[in-house]
Amino acid sequence: MTTSARPLHGLLEADPVVATAGVPLLADALSDQAVTVSRTQWQPPMAGTEADLARVMGDPRRAAANALALERMTSATATLVDVRPASEVVGLERGTFLHAGPPITWERASGPMRGALIGAVLFEGLADTAEHAEHRLAAGEFTLEPCHHRGGVGPMAGVVSPSMWLYVLRDDVHDATSWCSLNEGLGKVLRYGAYGPEVIDRLHWMTRVLGPTLSQAVRSTGPIDIRAIITQMLQMGDEGHNRNRAGSLMLLRELLPGMITADAASSDVAEAVRFSGANEHFFLNLGMPACKLATMAASGIPGSSVVTVMARNGTDFGIQVSGTGDEWFTGPANTPEGLFLGAFGPEDANPDIGDSAITETGGIGGFAMAAAPAIVKFVGGDVPFALRATRTMYEITVGEHPAYQVPILGFRGTPTAIDVTKVARTGILPQINTGMAGRVAGTGQVGAGLVTPPAECFPAALAALAARVPEGP
Amino acid sequence: MSTHVELRTGAYHDSVSLMQVSRVVAGTAGVQAAQVAMATELNVDVLTSMGFDVPAEAGPNDLVIALRTDTPDAVAAGLAAVADALAALRATSDSGGGDDTVAPRTLGSAAARVDATLAVISVPGQHAVTEAFDAITSGLSVMLFSDNVSVEDEVHLKDAAAAADVLVMGPDCGTAHIGGVALGFANVVRPGSVGIVAASGTGAQQVMCLLDAAGVGISHCLGVGGRDLTAAVGGRSTRQALHALAADPATDRVIVVSKPPDATVLADLEALADELGLQVHWAVLGPGRPDLTASIESFLVAQGVPVPTWPTWAAAGGGDDPLLSRGAALRGLFCGGTLADEAITVAEGELGGIHSNIPHDPALALGADLRHDGHVVIDFGDDGLTRGRAHPMIDPTLRQERIAAEALDPTCGVLLLDLVLGHGAHPDPADELADAVRTARATALASGRSLPVVVSLTGTDGDPQHRSRCAEVLAAAGADVYLSNAAATRAALSLLRSTP
Repeated sequence: MTTSARPLHGLLEADPVVATAGVPLLADALSDQAVTVSRTQWQPPMAGTEADLARVMGDPRRAAANALALERMTSATATLVDVRPASEVVGLERGTFLHAGPPITWERASGPMRGALIGAVLFEGLADTAEHAEHRLAAGEFTLEPCHHRGGVGPMAGVVSPSMWLYVLRDDVHDATSWCSLNEGLGKVLRYGAYGPEVIDRLHWMTRVLGPTLSQAVRSTGPIDIRAIITQMLQMGDEGHNRNRAGSLMLLRELLPGMITADAASSDVAEAVRFSGANEHFFLNLGMPACKLATMAASGIPGSSVVTVMARNGTDFGIQVSGTGDEWFTGPANTPEGLFLGAFGPEDANPDIGDSAITETGGIGGFAMAAAPAIVKFVGGDVPFALRATRTMYEITVGEHPAYQVPILGFRGTPTAIDVTKVARTGILPQINTGMAGRVAGTGQVGAGLVTPPAECFPAALAALAARVPEGP
Repeated sequence: MSTHVELRTGAYHDSVSLMQVSRVVAGTAGVQAAQVAMATELNVDVLTSMGFDVPAEAGPNDLVIALRTDTPDAVAAGLAAVADALAALRATSDSGGGDDTVAPRTLGSAAARVDATLAVISVPGQHAVTEAFDAITSGLSVMLFSDNVSVEDEVHLKDAAAAADVLVMGPDCGTAHIGGVALGFANVVRPGSVGIVAASGTGAQQVMCLLDAAGVGISHCLGVGGRDLTAAVGGRSTRQALHALAADPATDRVIVVSKPPDATVLADLEALADELGLQVHWAVLGPGRPDLTASIESFLVAQGVPVPTWPTWAAAGGGDDPLLSRGAALRGLFCGGTLADEAITVAEGELGGIHSNIPHDPALALGADLRHDGHVVIDFGDDGLTRGRAHPMIDPTLRQERIAAEALDPTCGVLLLDLVLGHGAHPDPADELADAVRTARATALASGRSLPVVVSLTGTDGDPQHRSRCAEVLAAAGADVYLSNAAATRAALSLLRSTP
């Protein structure tokens, strides 16, 4: 037992300040005595989690482990150091394709995932026609593996093949590397499951021109501090997931001198600059690996209940938790709600897809919604909704990000490090801002909106954490 | 007549609030019966016994609204009353302000917003451990009002608390007083320098009220939970409380109040008190040990404080007609666990074994119907009777029903009841109990029996309910009223002896 001159932290010597959970009568009795009372708006936890919650909450390692996870997540750096082909960056073998989300088979793959895989097989020259590509994929002739298993992230379908070029980011504090593919722009693009000739042609152009140009730019201008750009873009009205306008411009500002002096035909340089500048989501593919570096740093801490991955493959939503390492906890992906492009409607949308929820996992995106009031209409809400969304996320996170701040909340840090126990206790699910892919392979993007993980991921992760709590003394 | 049953999922309210809602709705014109409750196993049983068909898919996180009305039209009025009553709850319980602020959803979040020092937890028992660990991790001492927490969890919590240098008061801790603030069920008593450590909620209230009546005030009262001095828990919280009180400048002596403790644990604690140089008076119940009143009298004598005459209020109209027949059995119906335990101890000295749901001998345990023709003392605040419903000091329904039942039972000779006042208790309990007493006595009389009633009244005139007024209301209804629970029990025994 700990004893000191002021036992119980001086409880008996000061006027009590009380937090309550439960019957209002007891809180009322304190209010009646002019005691400062803070009332929890308590409700029962997710069904069936009582025993696991009690066990995990009683894990003596938990508080320090979560504090460490938050510290690592918020101290991770992210600098763009190179742009190289996937075959070099992750040693990706011909015939292996990386994809977004937890592991998936061709049989269970959704339309956009299948479309992107077909496109990648065509792009790699492993089939002559879409039908042939589909046949080979269905025959199991290729290896499918999540991007996360190779330390990277892919937007939407997230399909990466050996010839595709990747951004390479470093976290020098924790000596880690992450990566993401180059953004293909909007419209009919591979990541949304389109695989027509114009998609394949663009991929070839990106490999032949854009990748090498960006590579020269990064190598000539030196590492670019991506974390610093995220910090600034949050103050300029972006949340880093569905809105990357300011971030894309700041990144371009850094890259332009190196791009225009690259050793390439001036027409190629001009096209690379035009393509990058026209793409409002140019930065997303840098923000994602920056967040991946942060969550990687927080991964694998025994006793920590912090979520380190949220990712979807268009069929399943999967999460990983620090204290359970690389284990996936999955449930069926929800379909986002939001606004649709052109004549598309809810029936056209595929269930949630992509590794981009790494932004929310790292404390931006939907968690920084209050920083981006301009997008609320796009995702179907009003400004108070945006403020409430971010404030609600504080109820399920361990702490706040010291660098990522929200001006309208008095420069409060964004809610960071989702705690599985808080999700299970409150029933509040992480708020994710996302794009929507067409349900049918080859369609492309149909809209954008909001989505949450399926609730069952969290009780499953909690049970695995509970099973790892050491027996008491 | 029309019946309406509906489920609402994801709409949680605590049982006390819903009891208030049910009462309001039941009072609506055209509504014969109303039950608005979470669909816990117990509540589903209650609803079924009321004749409502509860859908099979109902779970403990679903709200059930069940109405029986005179006409189909009245259902709408009943539902409107439900909506109003639920909205009124939200208005008081939701601390959120503008539409973009968010109320704290976990105890840790609520604590962080005000830099709290103390947590009061009264969520249902199966969820209480989670909240308590959250509080301990946040550096808060905890008053754990919730019951139905296992001994293993209690030990685990108390070890974690000791490591964090915070105190876990509870589980099932009903009473505490810290720095002049009453927590849970607590009476308004004068300030002073006596510290109390209580493994007994109503026992602590009885002691504080007796001290107050003797003119002695308290510094703090730290509840430790009724099991703290058992062998399994080993006095974990009592040890911390004694350390804290020994270091507290406002405290110069301590009374430890407990239900029968484990002998080894008690000996260890006595040794600790010596080590700390703390003057401790042990007001612990048990066979061969003094009752609480006697224990406080010896404490007062040791302090050189005169022992007062403990207040009593005699039933209006003198004694009952001695010619009327009367049952031979004692029936003690208590809301306070320690008061019930003390009554059993005192009564067993004269009557032998007392049947109870908290029996001293397992052979005397009552069945699920809590019935026996012999001497019976029931603790309606026991865990087994509060699962899924509020404590009888807040919701006296179960005991009220039993009082009515005893009035019809020819074997019932004397009714011994308690009434505990103070913060947290029913805001106006005396009128309801007096009505029950008056009705019970009239019912007995109608069948040619007399039914004397004795009430043990724990309270002070400083309490919101005002002790003297409550006593007078009860006396007017025909009850003999005593401040001392032991004296009340002896008075009941004396009435039994005088049975014709």
